[in-house]
Amino acid sequence: MRAVSITKRYGSFLANDGIDLDLLPAEIHALLGENGAGKSTLVKVMYGLIQPNEGELRWMGNKIVLAGPSEARALGIGMVFQHFSLFENLTVAENVALGLAPTESFTAISERLAETARLYGLPLDPKREVWRLSVGERQRIEIVRALMQNPKLLILDEPTAVLTPQEADQLFVVLGRLKGEGRAILYISHKLDEVKRLCDTATILRGGKKVATCNPRQETAVSLARMMVGADIGEVKAASRRDVSVPRLVIYQLSLAPDDPHGTHLDRVSLEVRGGEIVGIAGVSGNGQDELFAALSGERLSPSEGAIVIDGLAAGMLGVNERRRMGAAFVPEERLGHGTAPRMKLSENALLTGHAASGMVKRGFVDKSATLAAVDRATTGFDVRKAKRDPEAVSLSGGNLQKFIVGREILREPGVLVVSQPTWGVDAGAAATIRQALIDLAGRGTAVLVVSQDLDELLEIADRTAVMFHGRLSAPLSAAEVTREKLGLLMGGAKTGEEPSVEEASHAVGA
Amino acid sequence: MPLVLERRSERSATIAIASPLIAIALTLATMAVLFAILGKNPVEALDVYFLEPLRDPYSLGEIAVKATPLVMIAIGLSLCYIANIWNIGAEGQFLVGAVAGSWLAVRTNGTDAGPWVLPAMLLLGALGGALYALIPAICKVRFGASEILTSLMLVYVANFGLDYLVRGPWRDPHGMNFPTTAEFDPVATVPTLIEGGRLHAGAIVTLLVVMAATVLLGRTIMGFEIRLVGAAPKAARFSGFNADKLTLFTFAVSGALAGLAGIIEVAGPVGHLQPDISPGYGFTAIIVAFLGRLNPVGILIAGLFLALTFIGGENAEIAIKVPLDLTKVFQGILLFYVLACDSMIIYRIRFISTLRKPAHADV
Repeated sequence: MRAVSITKRYGSFLANDGIDLDLLPAEIHALLGENGAGKSTLVKVMYGLIQPNEGELRWMGNKIVLAGPSEARALGIGMVFQHFSLFENLTVAENVALGLAPTESFTAISERLAETARLYGLPLDPKREVWRLSVGERQRIEIVRALMQNPKLLILDEPTAVLTPQEADQLFVVLGRLKGEGRAILYISHKLDEVKRLCDTATILRGGKKVATCNPRQETAVSLARMMVGADIGEVKAASRRDVSVPRLVIYQLSLAPDDPHGTHLDRVSLEVRGGEIVGIAGVSGNGQDELFAALSGERLSPSEGAIVIDGLAAGMLGVNERRRMGAAFVPEERLGHGTAPRMKLSENALLTGHAASGMVKRGFVDKSATLAAVDRATTGFDVRKAKRDPEAVSLSGGNLQKFIVGREILREPGVLVVSQPTWGVDAGAAATIRQALIDLAGRGTAVLVVSQDLDELLEIADRTAVMFHGRLSAPLSAAEVTREKLGLLMGGAKTGEEPSVEEASHAVGA
Repeated sequence: MPLVLERRSERSATIAIASPLIAIALTLATMAVLFAILGKNPVEALDVYFLEPLRDPYSLGEIAVKATPLVMIAIGLSLCYIANIWNIGAEGQFLVGAVAGSWLAVRTNGTDAGPWVLPAMLLLGALGGALYALIPAICKVRFGASEILTSLMLVYVANFGLDYLVRGPWRDPHGMNFPTTAEFDPVATVPTLIEGGRLHAGAIVTLLVVMAATVLLGRTIMGFEIRLVGAAPKAARFSGFNADKLTLFTFAVSGALAGLAGIIEVAGPVGHLQPDISPGYGFTAIIVAFLGRLNPVGILIAGLFLALTFIGGENAEIAIKVPLDLTKVFQGILLFYVLACDSMIIYRIRFISTLRKPAHADV
């Protein structure tokens, strides 16, 4: 497959600007770039999902025009998306059958599915319903579904974003095998060590343009990062030796049934976060992190008062604003629709979390100047780039909006901060700003709890890290003892032998 | 060449303002065609409908009289609609408000009750409307019943209840068997503003309601809550707002305003309780709310415009002999076009080429 000077415009925005790409058989080709660099646009063009404005695709030397994904599949191009398109209530085999031509009988499909899965060492039970499966298993369905069409080119969009390190290793074995069979693989990622390990060639995009094509094994992680970002990224500096004080956030034996049928049951979660400390919660998404966040923020109430203790006061049955008045602040994972109202102005989004405890409301009336002042403080303090003083939240880029949201909460100088996926889908510069802000906040005595899927992030900033698996929380590992491997094992459900220390947590509840 | 609706990256501010105007223009064009089919001269018919009332001082007063309940109801409905809560039963709340207030007028009729009667009637009317509106709200909050259906169905219940009262217990004994109560006493009547005209103090109440709604939505935390629950429910929960409470609140407020409009209509222009006190104000107010962009001032303008169609329709019935029902047809077409044009604020129409070649130009 060859892409020749592909250009795609959205209005006046150039998503792809004359990009050339050559994909060869028996080669794993990495497509590297930050969010918004144009990676997704390019692969959508190559999979027939969108049409380029200029440029052409060549398949085995012949010019082709793809009217849609079905034509791409017919030629032998398969794709595994980052976001799975699976029906939760159907079985594995039913899901696969839905994506294939209706000429084959269901039994034949099931057999071929089992055969393909066995052949590539991707264990799958065709009769299982998808909602029972882990994220890694769901991804296997997508991969097997793509392989059953015997593709000559397989495109994978950030496949390891949702996997544990061990699952990722298994995936790499499969990819190595596919390469050995002479297939071409286009591997999209922004994880540099993975690319260095796995890929033969790397093409780097920045701002819609191709920056370079190189051999990643001859580059260093730093040089690759420099090409991706276009500048050196500031290292995050740990505040020198923070003083850890009393427990400011205590979760004690919290059990909670999910409110949606496919949710996760929280099972006796216990943890304490002391002032001046950053505690991380790792885990593959869907293991109860969302439920835990809702319970901590007060969007869902706990069964007992003492299940959640903020600064010594039982808060388990208090609402989100009462907890904010106690000095807690929360940053949810979903930026648009949860953390902010997309179509409302930033000043109104400042009011969204500030109306209860930040003096923005006087006798029922909104103090507009106070909300605007909060926007201005977040803008200057966190370098939020925006077109005008008070735009709609949706018009900001992901990184800038995230800086605004994190800034909005940190500027309240909370005693307890719970933040979920602080740098998910955020460019490297913004991620560094946000991590630094969290470290500085802990340095000022705040208890910070970070829920993240990004192990590198947790290894970088967390003093202790616990892992969530099937609604249970492991005992936290201190920064000295934590390794990727240990976390990876816990994320896959391995037992450590030591249960969360109940003793330790029970001290603080008496307060 | 199939058409697709494509989401715009940002709301189009131009279309947000232009949409009601485009909708009105399209409605007028459709009406012209309709008149032509009916064998009338479209230009003359539209003139009778829309311009003649504006040249006649009496009609101008009548427009204000008709706009009074329309705007008052529509303001209440707009609070619901902004919060994504669908009260379709304002007509029923209007009738129940009229009945609740009239109860006192009927009880005190012919006695020497003092000037406290009218304020008490207005209070009862608002209370009646609010309580009646809380029925669908409670059903939604407690049992998850669709408020669209329950509030709409309660309109018919109210209609029959009113019918029963004026034909039965409350019928005027000296009324020659007509289904109506006795004419209200002066202390139970809303005073007129101009000697001899029909324009009454209710118009001032409506203006106050418009101002109050402007302040509520634009300046208060309550208004923010209403807008946030409608715009992003999950963010509203994160903000600590309770959607159930808000459902009850907006239903109660819109019911109270509809009930207030009902009792003002009965104690004002009508002067007694009778079955046909509303030419569908509660339903027309839905159109007013949307045509007015769910904005209090916009609703005031839209209410005057819709009132014009009522008066124009009456004129046209006499002058060019078209059925009065044409007014309802007109209002229905208008709502249709308003909603269609509104979708252009967030979406744009695009033609998709089925030809197998890359599109080189942005459409």
